[in-house]
Amino acid sequence: MKTVYLDNNATTQVAPEVLEVMLPYFHDLYGNPSSMHSFGGQVAKKLREAREQAAALIGASPDEIIFTSCGTESDNAAIRSALATYPERRHIVTSRVEHPAVRSLCANLASQGYRVTELPVDKNGLLDMEQYVASLTPDTAVVSLMWANNETGVIFPVEKAAALARERGILFHTDAVQSTGKIPIDMRKNAIDMLAISGHKLHAPKGIGFLYVRKGTRFSPFLIGGHQEKGRRGGTENTPSIIGLGKACELAARHLETENTTVRGLRDKLETELLARIPRSRVNGDPKGRLPNTTNISFEHVEGEGILLLMNEYGICASSGSACTSGSLQPSHVLRAMGVPFTMAHGSIRFSLSIYNTEEEIDFVIGKLPPVIERLRSMSPYWTSVTQSCATT
Amino acid sequence: MWEYTDKVKDHFLNPRNVGEVENPDGIAEVGSIACGDALKFSFKLDENKRIKEARFKTFGCASAIASSSALTEMIKGMTLEEAAKVTNKDIAEYLGGLPDEKMHCSVMGKEALEKAIENYQGAPAKEEGAQIVCECFGVTDREIERAVRENHLTTVEEVTNYTKAGGGCGNCHEAIRQIIERVRAEARPTAAPKLTNIQKIKMIEEALAKEIRPSLKHDGGDIELIDVVGNRVIVAVRGACASCKASDITLKHFVEARLRDLVSPDLTIEEVAS
Repeated sequence: MKTVYLDNNATTQVAPEVLEVMLPYFHDLYGNPSSMHSFGGQVAKKLREAREQAAALIGASPDEIIFTSCGTESDNAAIRSALATYPERRHIVTSRVEHPAVRSLCANLASQGYRVTELPVDKNGLLDMEQYVASLTPDTAVVSLMWANNETGVIFPVEKAAALARERGILFHTDAVQSTGKIPIDMRKNAIDMLAISGHKLHAPKGIGFLYVRKGTRFSPFLIGGHQEKGRRGGTENTPSIIGLGKACELAARHLETENTTVRGLRDKLETELLARIPRSRVNGDPKGRLPNTTNISFEHVEGEGILLLMNEYGICASSGSACTSGSLQPSHVLRAMGVPFTMAHGSIRFSLSIYNTEEEIDFVIGKLPPVIERLRSMSPYWTSVTQSCATT
Repeated sequence: MWEYTDKVKDHFLNPRNVGEVENPDGIAEVGSIACGDALKFSFKLDENKRIKEARFKTFGCASAIASSSALTEMIKGMTLEEAAKVTNKDIAEYLGGLPDEKMHCSVMGKEALEKAIENYQGAPAKEEGAQIVCECFGVTDREIERAVRENHLTTVEEVTNYTKAGGGCGNCHEAIRQIIERVRAEARPTAAPKLTNIQKIKMIEEALAKEIRPSLKHDGGDIELIDVVGNRVIVAVRGACASCKASDITLKHFVEARLRDLVSPDLTIEEVAS
């Protein structure tokens, strides 16, 4: 059975070009870039190139890039560094819809005595900027707001938010794991101090990421060890993955337009057709300010896990914000923060596309999903009462 | 991804007996859409008072649908007395097991069956005297007690897996812990000279007054007995102890050790949550 992979916000395939540049660095060119001999030194040269490629994707300079093991490490390093460099400040501003990499960390810091403001979002998943400004205090050490939401694709105005933080002398960090490579990012044109990126969301392998730290921003390392990454992140470099990430960044810059034309077109087609064919369905998240590859659709009165497993029978891969899929008993914190009603939240499905998806695949999903929803609704005790009440009105 | 057995998958992909029985003898609805799963269950008896037909409609995940489907198959041909003996464990076993986090799906089946039988017998649908413990999921003390008793649960997490209670805001965790303690205490074989709770509290008070408090007062501290739940002695530290970083060490190594010597070796000490 062919796999139709529409779960690219969870992880992506390693691009063939990325894999190709990585392979020599496992077996043939396995030297340590810190070594004095040229066998290792030649790898250091490749790392420099990768750093340049990564920097170029976001309009940064290479020495502003610190390679890490993942997005979560980047987020942790950024927030902890901000707190360490401003030890007298005890307040953190973040939002209710952050990825667990930030949200759980902030909850942990709250239990250690930090004051954490979790900004609410409206029904479209957007921030109230006045409320944001009001939350900034002289005691605020750092603001951490995601650039784009992993579940809904909703984009926060982080550049504006960063400028407002800078005016008040507050460090600004953003988790840009989902937005990088999907929308233009140019660090020369904004006031963001730190930005976290994960490789496996942009066709590099898992286990590699980077943290951008603006020149002049004080940085306190999270992993203390050797002199790697100029002492800002100890540990022997993951050379094949860094080289792969560099290539992936180069490709991402090249594919940015495709993301915003072809991928956006496929996403829009999928969304429009599903909404048209399946009654009582709706999109979660601001329809205008979203990533081009993501759609989060709720199908009322059915439960997400059932939808995923029935789609799985056709090889279709997606995600759900329902309680049953999360391992917790409540639906996704993002949908709850947006006030999505329970009847809708449990039946939410996230489709996230990549440049590797084809129109044929989208048509396949458009054909298969309506009967899946109908089948689950025919089993749902709520659906009958809904259809009956519709018939009588 | 959940690891479902082939039987769970089969009952999810090919559910048996979906729908509603026409002119049912017994009918019940359990769960709610807020909770994420709900089951409408109905049955009809034949002339010999055996279950002739049972049907379900379920909103919920794959294991909820599979549990409902399994239940309707299992009870076909049973008398109501036989059906009433079907437990959530039987449903899970029929399916070759369920993931721990999904045991509540089998509990939902058991509840629906029970309520449908009550509906047939004209009994009250609500258990008398039952009180809601978990506000988030509307779970009563009776339901938790039964799950603890029938499945030998020992932790709050297990109770959440089986009943959902405690899976939301978490405010009821302490209440659940007390129910577990209570049920487990009644289940335990009574050892020969078992202290009654009153005796135990008296002895603890006495030990605190005579043996423990004087030592603490020597260092400017004090201790107060707040509650005794089963073998858990809940205390508050006062005076210098309240601000002392080492007070938990004092509690474990000194207070608990003394109480075990003087009252009962099963006691554990806990500081009241501030």
